Amino acid sequence: MTILVFTGVLFLGAMAAGLLGSLTGLGGGVVLIPLMTLVFKVDIHYAIGTSLVSVIATSSGAAAAYVREGITNIRLGMFLELATTLGAIGGAWLAASLPTSFIAILFGVILILSAIASFAKLADPVFTDDGSPLSRLLRLNNSYPTPGGEKRYTVKNIVGGFLMMNVAGIISGLLGIGSGALKVIAMDNIMRVPFKVSTTTSNFMIGVTAVASVGIYLHKGYIDPGLSMPVMLGVLLGAFIGSRILAKAKVASLKILFAGVVLVLAIEMIYNGFTHNI
Amino acid sequence: MDSRIISKALSKKKIRDADLEKIIGSLLRYGVLLSSVIVLTGGIVYLYRHGREIPQYHTFRGEPDKMRMLGPMLQAIGRGEGRPLIQLGLFVLIATPIARIIFSIFGYLFEKDYLYVVITGVVLFVLLLNFC
Repeated sequence: MTILVFTGVLFLGAMAAGLLGSLTGLGGGVVLIPLMTLVFKVDIHYAIGTSLVSVIATSSGAAAAYVREGITNIRLGMFLELATTLGAIGGAWLAASLPTSFIAILFGVILILSAIASFAKLADPVFTDDGSPLSRLLRLNNSYPTPGGEKRYTVKNIVGGFLMMNVAGIISGLLGIGSGALKVIAMDNIMRVPFKVSTTTSNFMIGVTAVASVGIYLHKGYIDPGLSMPVMLGVLLGAFIGSRILAKAKVASLKILFAGVVLVLAIEMIYNGFTHNI
Repeated sequence: MDSRIISKALSKKKIRDADLEKIIGSLLRYGVLLSSVIVLTGGIVYLYRHGREIPQYHTFRGEPDKMRMLGPMLQAIGRGEGRPLIQLGLFVLIATPIARIIFSIFGYLFEKDYLYVVITGVVLFVLLLNFC
């Protein structure tokens, strides 16, 4: 296989990952890393670095649209970025010192958890009281546009949410994924933020979280232009197409299909980790 | 363009959250767009020069200085190399969220929301710590 063919196939694979990732909300990274390591036999450190770059691209691209619509809670995002960036740096340092087989196994486990979490029933009773003193001090209580006009909400359990975001940051830095599923759990189930707000705010934070660890990956030489070029462009294009057809697609059946794919990839990653094939 | 929006907002009254959101939105959009164009250009040069060779990614070897540091990178781009040009595009991409943070600090400063000036400042400090 020449570089030309390799680049072309990787581009198509990245496009499919970006498309599925944006349709199901799981993000492209969870498919990209198994695709690169299992199918293309790329070293997992290169794969993680490449995935981080694509995560920054899709997150920033999508955030640009959501922020303008006024759904994203920017203050909440900025505040929680404190937790995710600190976690991400720790995660990136861990990744550099852990053996690749261990990373592969951990990746598989997180993959399975993310797939299950995407089916988890989200708590939707949103609170509209005055909120806690901390949420007022941090000005986290906000409103968001709905078809029936602006709807108010207050943010609960800020300390718990902050700690969960810390974990999400570590996972992101360690495995090179956006860990959007964890971020949404933290905001939805712990902080009781409305679903629309939590998904867009999570997406808003993913880019900065990834940048926090990408510096370390870059410094160690894990970011390769020959891999990043087709993957970044492919994922961006796929995610863009995904956002255009999202309104028409049957998301529920797609989610089941995607979860099935993710499950197979996860088992494959764990198996290869245990047999030291990765 | 952004400076015009800022001065317009300031002339009416103090800058509001909605104005900040609009500027942050376009900042992110143009950052990703610019970086994609540079990466694509570098990719075309790279494939033209090396497209018929065999890829080697199975074992990790690390990257040379021209892929990690701006100075050697720009020199290599000057010699017409494609891979450092792709990497420059990735640098622009990485700089985009950082620019968003820096911009937000000024935004909160205009809003006189000093608590968030500090919070955002700490995030920026953590981010920049990585590139030293």
